[in-house]
Amino acid sequence: MTDTTAANPADTWTVAGRTFTSRLIVGTGKYKDFEQNAAAVEASGAEIVTVAVRRVNVSDRNAPMLTDFIDPKKITYLPNTAGCFTADDAIRTLRLAREAGGWDLVKLEVLGEARTLYPDMRETLKATEILAKEGFLPMVYCVDDPIAAKQLEEVGAVAVMPLGAPIGSGLGIQNKVTIRLIVEGAKVPVLVDAGVGTASEAAVAMELGCDGVLMNTAIAEARDPIRMARAMKLAVMAGRDAYLAGRMKTRRYADPSSPLAGLI
Amino acid sequence: MADELLLTVNGEPRRIAPGSSIADLVASLGLDPKKVAVERNAEIAPRSTLAEVILADGDVLEIVHFVGGG
Repeated sequence: MTDTTAANPADTWTVAGRTFTSRLIVGTGKYKDFEQNAAAVEASGAEIVTVAVRRVNVSDRNAPMLTDFIDPKKITYLPNTAGCFTADDAIRTLRLAREAGGWDLVKLEVLGEARTLYPDMRETLKATEILAKEGFLPMVYCVDDPIAAKQLEEVGAVAVMPLGAPIGSGLGIQNKVTIRLIVEGAKVPVLVDAGVGTASEAAVAMELGCDGVLMNTAIAEARDPIRMARAMKLAVMAGRDAYLAGRMKTRRYADPSSPLAGLI
Repeated sequence: MADELLLTVNGEPRRIAPGSSIADLVASLGLDPKKVAVERNAEIAPRSTLAEVILADGDVLEIVHFVGGG
């Protein structure tokens, strides 16, 4: 069997001075248990996982902890602000996350409403600016709007992470044009965050020139999450290679691949 | 001075002996201070100071850690 893992060992990406080989970031929510979660992370090849910040359960002190299954020394924990609807809540959450984990690279998301979990860009911009001033390195979940992406970059986002479709919807990348425009205009890494449902959609994100893809539900809610994690790893690599290889031009009509000369 | 202080820890009332530090509270909950972060009255309590900060009656504490999330 040919080696499908080492497509191009030199093809790394860098966010805020940290260099990674895997372009797939996976979430750690919605899994059956921590064992399955850890196995899926392993199969995905991800070097970064997103985590949430929540109150400890003071009544059940023996409850298993995520850190017992996914080692923060080996896998970079990217604390998120999921569930925050104001800049103040998101900033408060990340200050705690920085204290808990001791690192500055974070995922900011400030949500506008529960039904769509669409980002509130006014609050997101405000939070990005304050966090950057406090020394955080915010990777920012945002709308698929090239102007908003530029504005985030200007106030200190170290990566912009437009949605492909609503969080947890699995609808795939709805607006390839805006994602491409964001990629073309950005000086920081661009990652599609949210909306990918299956492997081909992860490949689409990479073919558009994104630096990476972030997903959770597509893996966690697959019938076989570990197999889907592997599929996503391969899809991200395939999409990246296709982007680097440069696709053929499309034609309106057929063009034979076999020579016309020498026909009998 | 009261026999015990009344705190609010993660939204729930909790009593503790006067003179206790945040580190004492964290230990009494059976938590590893290296794996949690503490906020006292809406201000971060840096891990390096947990043993020095003495709790006061009415303090509101949030103790958080990392859980699975997307």
